[in-house]
Amino acid sequence: MAELQEFWRWTEYTWNNPDVDWRKAKRIAAGIDVGSVSSQALILADGEIYAFSNLRTGSNSPDSAHKAVNGAMKDTGMELSNIKYTVGTGYGRVNIPFANRAITEIACHARGANFMAGPKIRTVLDMGGQDCKAIHCDERGKVSNFLMNDKCAAGTGRGMEVMADLLSIPIKEIGELSYQVDTEPAPVSSTCVVFAKSEALGLMRSGWSKNMVLAAYCSAMAHRVSLLLGRIGVEDQFFITGGIAKNPGIVKRLEKELGIESVKTKYDSQIAGALGAALFADTLLQKGGA
Amino acid sequence: MIANYGYKDGSGEFFIAIDTDKCNGCGDCVPVCPAKLLAMADDEYDPLSEKTVVTVIEEERKKIKYSCAPCKPASGRGPLPCVAACEPGAIAHSW
Repeated sequence: MAELQEFWRWTEYTWNNPDVDWRKAKRIAAGIDVGSVSSQALILADGEIYAFSNLRTGSNSPDSAHKAVNGAMKDTGMELSNIKYTVGTGYGRVNIPFANRAITEIACHARGANFMAGPKIRTVLDMGGQDCKAIHCDERGKVSNFLMNDKCAAGTGRGMEVMADLLSIPIKEIGELSYQVDTEPAPVSSTCVVFAKSEALGLMRSGWSKNMVLAAYCSAMAHRVSLLLGRIGVEDQFFITGGIAKNPGIVKRLEKELGIESVKTKYDSQIAGALGAALFADTLLQKGGA
Repeated sequence: MIANYGYKDGSGEFFIAIDTDKCNGCGDCVPVCPAKLLAMADDEYDPLSEKTVVTVIEEERKKIKYSCAPCKPASGRGPLPCVAACEPGAIAHSW
């Protein structure tokens, strides 16, 4: 039997900065973002990014949090007791045993985006695994208006995973392939993951190519989040965080629909939440917390 | 900060918007809500501030279309109790 391929699977990885010696750092703070699909841990040494991990969330938040932080500390010789202050965020934030404090991911994403893309960022869109957040923030990364849609997983990473699996296309290739069509098809009429799945099957049976279906689904998703953004208003500059920011099939269509380019950075968009949490941890540590 | 609590689904947009800059923390809106959706809490979206503001209780956020319905009859709708009780005008409904 052929080996079953998991098309939805994205690469898990860890990173650390070998040029930094954490033993010399005065402040070591960590942020743990236990999301619905992925978990990140990020460690700051004196306010600079020292190490992070980006892993898949398991069925249990405490385990996922431990796995993430151990991943970030891998090959560094650091132990949990060396981290002076930890902030938890994301869906699993209330269930991280070693966290000193839990902070909502909305505040963390705004703060993380402010660090990653600079103080000119006013609009942050977090396209996560299971929800979507539109955030307006000020020059310090403080939230001034936000909207979250976590009731429905349409237009999220999970929906993309389902589509990747259905069409047997590795999730990383979806963005590119969705542009390999002769004409841009009309968006699928429903972004609901369950309905979109049956609609996609129907379209394929009627002769659509896989790429056409991807294009139709990507543009439906882009349209849906643009409506969400419309409620809080899109102000320059605009930044997208979360896993979907890596999918050009959505990002470019969304930019076209909004008529505004999003800021691109060297950082991994998925770490924004953990980075924001770690920045809050660092601030709280300086205030004399822990 | 304007906090939008609620959701958007196939049937429409349902958000209670709370302007935390206007909210003075008096808590007058909490007892007047017949569905008991509101509570006073620390401003969780500004973790570094100490201010106490009104929020929509987390477990209620995904069903406000139904919880708020009794205050919004299709025929002749008076002022919403929460909106009327708020002197600084910090509460608004999107539907």
